[in-house]
Amino acid sequence: MSAPLLEVRGLSKSFRGIRAVSNVHFEVAKGEVLGLIGPNGSGKSTLFNCVLGQLRPDAGEVRLNGQDVTGLDPTALSRRGIGRTFQLLQVFPALSVRDNLVLAGQEHRGTMLGRLFMSPDAGQRARADELLDLFRLARLADEPAGSLSYGQQKLLDIAMAFMAEPELVLLDEPAGGVNPTMLGDVESLLRRLNEELGATFVVIEHNMSFVMGLSHRVMVLAQGQVLATGSPDEIRADQRVIEAYLGD
Amino acid sequence: MGTMRWIAGGIFLALLVLLPRELKPYGIFLMSNWVLFCVVAMGLNLTLGYAGQISIAQAGFLGVGAYTTAILTTRFGWDFWLTLPVATGLSFLLGLIVGFPALRVQHHYLAFVTLGFNILIYLVFRNEDWLTGGAFGIFDIPRPGFLGVDMRDPLSFYYLCLVFAALMFAAAWWIVRSPWGRAFAALRENPVRAASLGVDIRTYTLLAFAIGSAFAGLTGAFYASLLEFIDPYPFALEYSLSFLLMVISGGSATLIGPIVGAGMVLLLPEWLRFAKDYYLLIYALLVMVLMAFCPEGMVGLWRRMVAAIGRRRARAPTERPT
Repeated sequence: MSAPLLEVRGLSKSFRGIRAVSNVHFEVAKGEVLGLIGPNGSGKSTLFNCVLGQLRPDAGEVRLNGQDVTGLDPTALSRRGIGRTFQLLQVFPALSVRDNLVLAGQEHRGTMLGRLFMSPDAGQRARADELLDLFRLARLADEPAGSLSYGQQKLLDIAMAFMAEPELVLLDEPAGGVNPTMLGDVESLLRRLNEELGATFVVIEHNMSFVMGLSHRVMVLAQGQVLATGSPDEIRADQRVIEAYLGD
Repeated sequence: MGTMRWIAGGIFLALLVLLPRELKPYGIFLMSNWVLFCVVAMGLNLTLGYAGQISIAQAGFLGVGAYTTAILTTRFGWDFWLTLPVATGLSFLLGLIVGFPALRVQHHYLAFVTLGFNILIYLVFRNEDWLTGGAFGIFDIPRPGFLGVDMRDPLSFYYLCLVFAALMFAAAWWIVRSPWGRAFAALRENPVRAASLGVDIRTYTLLAFAIGSAFAGLTGAFYASLLEFIDPYPFALEYSLSFLLMVISGGSATLIGPIVGAGMVLLLPEWLRFAKDYYLLIYALLVMVLMAFCPEGMVGLWRRMVAAIGRRRARAPTERPT
C-alpha cells in the first residue's frame, strides 16, 4: 500500500488552556472522500484550520504525500495542492463569476513578475469555462459574483477550491444553508468530481444524509478527540456515536 | 456603448490638446498641475481603490520625488531625465516600507500609520536644512531638455506633462487588467480567502503601496520642474487628504475617477473664486453633498444616470438570475 495522501499525526491545539483538538490521528488516501462529523465545538473547524495553516498546531505533524507541511501558511499549502472552502460563504462579490475562478487558478503557475505581463485571463480561461459548465454557472459567467443567489455562490465557492486542480480539498460545510433542491446538486457534483475526476476530499457537514451518502469513511470528533472512524454504516450503528452526536 | 466611449475619449483628448492654446500662462500652469495630480491620484487609486489599502501619505511620496529631482539637479548638476529612475526607485522603496505596517494593521489603524509617515517626511523636508533647504526650499530647479524644445515655455512643458500622464494612465490600465489587478481586488475584498487560493497577500500588499507611491514619486520630479521652486508645504498632510478626496470624489477603483476627482479638487476652488471668502464653505458643502448622496463618486453618479436612462429606454422586464 502506498503512502497516504494526507497524514495527520498527534495533532493538538489549545486555546487558553482549553484543548480544542487533542492528539488527533487520521489519514486520507488518494481518491477517498472522508466525512468529518461531530457536535458543535467538537473541534472540526479547528482541526481543519490547523491542517490548512490558518492556525499553528501546538503539537503533531501534517504530511502531504509524505512531506512534512506542518505550520506552512495557507498560501504555501494552496500552492502545494490543498484547496479549501470556508464554513461561511467566501467569494469575491465585485469580481465576475469567471474572474473568481481565474483568480483561484492564476497564482499557481508562472512567476509573480510574469503575471504582470500575462494576458488578463492568465491562461486560465479554458479551465474556468470547464468548471463553469460542470457547476452549471456558464450563463452567469460575466455577472458579478455578488449578484448570484446564495446557492449559486456556494457552488462557485466550491468550484474555486477545485480550480487549481488540487490534490486534496477540505470542504467546511458545503451544504450549509443550501436549499433542499440544490443540496442534491451539490452532492451529485461532488460525487462526480470524486468518481470521474478522481478528486480527493475531506468534508465537514452536519447534514447526515448528505455526508453519509457521499463519504467512503466517516470520522467522528467529540471534545477534540476522535471518537470513532469507520464506514458510514459502521458509524450509524456505533453506540458511542449515537450517544454523543447522532441521538436516537 | 463601446463606440460612444471612444468618441467621448477622443473629444476629451482633443480638449486636452487644444484648450491650453487658448489659455493664459496661469491657466496653462493650472492644467499642467492638474494632469500631474491626475497621475498622483491614479497611484493612490491603485493602492486605495483597487487594493483597498488606505494610505494618507501620497503627498509625502510626491515630495520625495520632487526633492530627489530638485536636489540632484540643483546641487549635483544631474540631468532631469537621469533623476527620474532615482525619484521612482526611492519612492517605490519608501512605499514598500510604509506597506509593512499594512501586513499587521488595517483600516483606520493603517490610516494613522501612513498619516504619521507623511508627517515624518514633512518634518525631514522642513528641518533638514543641509539637505532640503528647510523652510526656504530649493530654487532654480531646471526644466528638462527634450529634443531641443524650450521647456521654459509653459505650453511646451504642459504637453510634456500630458504625454507623461498618458503613459502613466496606460500603465495603470495595464496593471488593473493584468492578473495583478485581479489579485489586488481579491486583496481588497477578502484577503483570507485570497490567501487560501494561493494569492501571496504579503507581496501584493507591499506592491500596492510601492506602486502607488512610485506613481507619486515619479510625478514629483515633473512637479518640481513645473514649479521651478519647491518648499515643504505642498507635501504636508492636508495635501495627502486632498489626494484622498480626489480618488473618492472621482470614483475609486475606476480608471477615470482620479482624473475627474483631481479636476474637481484642483479646479473647483479656482472657479469658485467669485465667491471670495465663502469659496471654501461652498466647496466643502459640495463635497459633503456628493459623498452623502453618491459615495461612489462622480463616476458612480454618471453610471447611475446611464443605468437609469437605459432602464427607461428598455422598459421590458430584464431577466434576473434566480
